[in-house]
Amino acid sequence: MRYHQADYDVPLLFEACDEQKIDDRFDPTIGGAIPKGLLRSDLNIPDLPERDVVKHFINLSQMNFGVDNGLYPLGSCTMKYNPKICDEVVSWPSVASIHPHQDPSTVQGALRLMHELEGMLCEIGGVDAVTLQPAAGAQGEYTGIHIVRAYHEARGEKRNEVILPDTAHGTNPASAAMVGYDVLEIPSKNGCVDIEALKASISSDTAAFMLTNPNTLGIFEKDVKEIAGTLHDAGALLYYDGANLNAIMGKTSPGHMNFDIVHFNLHKTFATPHGGGGPGAGPVGVKRYLEEFLPVPRIIEKDGKYHLDYDQPKSIGKVKAYFGNFGVLVRAYAYMMMQGGPGLEAASENAVLNSNYLKDKLKDDFELPYGGLRKHEFVLSGKPLKSKGVRTLDFAKRLLDYGFHAPTIYFPIIVDEAIMIEPTETESKETLDRFVDVCKQILKEDPEILKTAPHNTSRRRMDEAKAARDMIFSWRGYKKKTENAK
Amino acid sequence: MEHSKCSLEMLQELGLKSVDELFADIPKSVRSGGLRLPEGMSEIDLKRSLETMLSSNRHAESMLNFLGAGIYHHYIPSAVKMITGRSEFITSYTPYQPEISQGMLQALFEYQSYIAELTGMDVVNSSMYDASTALGEAVLMSTRISGGDTFLLSRAISPERRRVAELYAKGADIRLVDVDFDRASGSVDLNDLTSKLKDGVSGFYFETPNFFGVIESQAREIRGLLDKRTMVVGVNPMSLAILRPPGDLGADIVIGDAQVFGAPMSFGGPTIGLFGCRPEHVRKMPGRIIGMTTDIEGRAAYCMTLQTREQHIRRSKATSNICTNEALLAVAAAAYLSVVGRTGLREIAATNVRNMQSLSSRIDSISGFGAPLFKGAHFNEFIVRSDRDPFQIHKTLLTQGIHGGLVLANMFPELGNSTLYATTEMHTKEDHDRLLGALEGIR
Repeated sequence: MRYHQADYDVPLLFEACDEQKIDDRFDPTIGGAIPKGLLRSDLNIPDLPERDVVKHFINLSQMNFGVDNGLYPLGSCTMKYNPKICDEVVSWPSVASIHPHQDPSTVQGALRLMHELEGMLCEIGGVDAVTLQPAAGAQGEYTGIHIVRAYHEARGEKRNEVILPDTAHGTNPASAAMVGYDVLEIPSKNGCVDIEALKASISSDTAAFMLTNPNTLGIFEKDVKEIAGTLHDAGALLYYDGANLNAIMGKTSPGHMNFDIVHFNLHKTFATPHGGGGPGAGPVGVKRYLEEFLPVPRIIEKDGKYHLDYDQPKSIGKVKAYFGNFGVLVRAYAYMMMQGGPGLEAASENAVLNSNYLKDKLKDDFELPYGGLRKHEFVLSGKPLKSKGVRTLDFAKRLLDYGFHAPTIYFPIIVDEAIMIEPTETESKETLDRFVDVCKQILKEDPEILKTAPHNTSRRRMDEAKAARDMIFSWRGYKKKTENAK
Repeated sequence: MEHSKCSLEMLQELGLKSVDELFADIPKSVRSGGLRLPEGMSEIDLKRSLETMLSSNRHAESMLNFLGAGIYHHYIPSAVKMITGRSEFITSYTPYQPEISQGMLQALFEYQSYIAELTGMDVVNSSMYDASTALGEAVLMSTRISGGDTFLLSRAISPERRRVAELYAKGADIRLVDVDFDRASGSVDLNDLTSKLKDGVSGFYFETPNFFGVIESQAREIRGLLDKRTMVVGVNPMSLAILRPPGDLGADIVIGDAQVFGAPMSFGGPTIGLFGCRPEHVRKMPGRIIGMTTDIEGRAAYCMTLQTREQHIRRSKATSNICTNEALLAVAAAAYLSVVGRTGLREIAATNVRNMQSLSSRIDSISGFGAPLFKGAHFNEFIVRSDRDPFQIHKTLLTQGIHGGLVLANMFPELGNSTLYATTEMHTKEDHDRLLGALEGIR
């Protein structure tokens, strides 16, 4: 099977500006409503026929690769197929055309949907209460760590440190630091939390430990209850990074593992499309004793009516305006209703099956650090590529030539030349087999082909150093730069 | 659980008898034993059930609505919906592999270019979550630029944004101090600002138009007073079609919400936080930035750049924890701005101002009402003062199928019986007539 991405030279829309003149029939004062001194003299954006604009963006879209184009095995990102009905319902006026300041009596349907979504997330997460407010996973972490801080402060304690394993997602340490904590990363042992190292680093200064389970190597941390016990004995809390939740639905839950706080990535586990980087949604769930710290407003149901409750004196406040990324919440709700409980459990089963299947087929061609089962993802080492004189990066770029998105690479940092693969449950055996064939074929190819890959995409390998050196972030910046050069 | 033929084949190849063996590494002590959730639904049943549930929502197409306060009802051209509906955009992840993601990268660069032009800032990132978190991040960035432990906020900003800023400031142990507004003009009280510019103040945030709809006329004076401190300006970017860009007025950071460009109100989310800054501050900026470059064949290309500021590289030392942002809404904004163009955008902005002027003066002519409360120039919203209890007025309007403005009595008690009304190009003269008729019935 051959692949070649569309390949156009699409000029920037702004390039049309140069020949265009300002229309001076326009009265910017609008009949004197606005004093001249407050007005701009010029607006340098292009006037274009709709026909040209549509062509421009359609050509751009063809130079972009999404899950709908093919396999997207980006580890820790859970790029599963997004059912189309979920996109359709958010275009309904009853979803798209409601305003967040509307009287609650006029948005009962929206509040009910959110309340029910909270309930489903409680069940999946094994928690007692959920806020839907955070806009993304990282903001969920940020919310959760603020709850950690509020919890300790309410107990009259000042704890300054958050601990996490060296395999943690980069957002974990960044979120903890933004809430004002010092971050201590502990080295892993055999791909898992080193309990002795953890115990040695816990002190009365420890506020929380952040963990994802399965971890970023795809390995289930079997000793999670012991970890939780150790933390709780020291008066600290355990935070669950929900990025890897797709592995365990119906089998276990963060709550069953004795986590205190969890965030969910609706744009991963619950199939809402990732939109080229967002929007996402990162609801946070907590056990009962932390509920009073959740952001306001809480959605309260009483006698079949839904209310917004702002009267929560211990709440951390607000992490984002209004109620969260409603459009994303509706998509996730629709997905969960279609899957149902058994469907969600089956999703996890098939995600784990696909992952172990690929792992088994590829482990002898690469290296698989730490043996045994994997959950939804696995990490290979691209070290054997070095004997060919190529690196993981070259292998990843060459995959693009076959119409596969590349896996996550060089993460987690503890694996040399890491290749992190997450196939998800929505890929067929045929697709996985083809991926395996292509991986094996690439290993046999002339190293030069890999080093100069990709060849079949809209652009060849980037000069990323030039981007950092030139620092051109806008048409305006580009014009200034070229004028200065003259 | 039933499994397909393929699944069974795969299990066999793994040497396993059942799916359960795949989960043998999860100890019994943490097993949950399934999900207590209903069975799944077919697509048609889901659609019926959602239609029923959501039919109780009264939306802008079924109820005349005068709410604004940060989220606005604007027309979204069909071409914009078609473009943002392209599944190559919708179903892609963050463009970590630029060679196969040029479409998204160029679209984001075009978004940055549009916002740079509108705001007068050379550097714009490819989005924050919304205006409220953009403000939170701006407070933190201001401290990175100017040092200090205190940040000043105008009182004439949205209480939603204010509360989010409080949380971000708390995380960084930054003290927030309010600066009052002038009771006559509604703009920044310069005397109060001056008195609060003490040592340790890193910067000041004000909006134009502000929460009361008033266009700030003293930006130059504020710039002078701030001296070397960071000036952070919040904008409604739609107004920048006609208003002077904050970059021209000396802003260091500009934030706002680009929801007005092609995104529905959607109950307040997702929207898109715009964030721009001066070039000298770029390494202190949060969020993803798309840069222009070339590929090895020398062809024009785009990629994420200056990533050493970001969490996946810098971890606890990153400028922000943000990873997922609002990329698809940035594509929507770029598509919107290119479809309406310069002429269209300026016309839309002018229509907003005209509608505001007309509605405001017509409400003012009803006895028992006064509008606008403040004397300054306005964009598309304004405060209506009433003799009667604004909550009562709100309730009466609702019974007539009209959602009036946002009652400010609890948020700004010092403004008395005040309600914030917004009007955009979505309102026709007949819509205004209906509101006027209803208000006349109330007096």
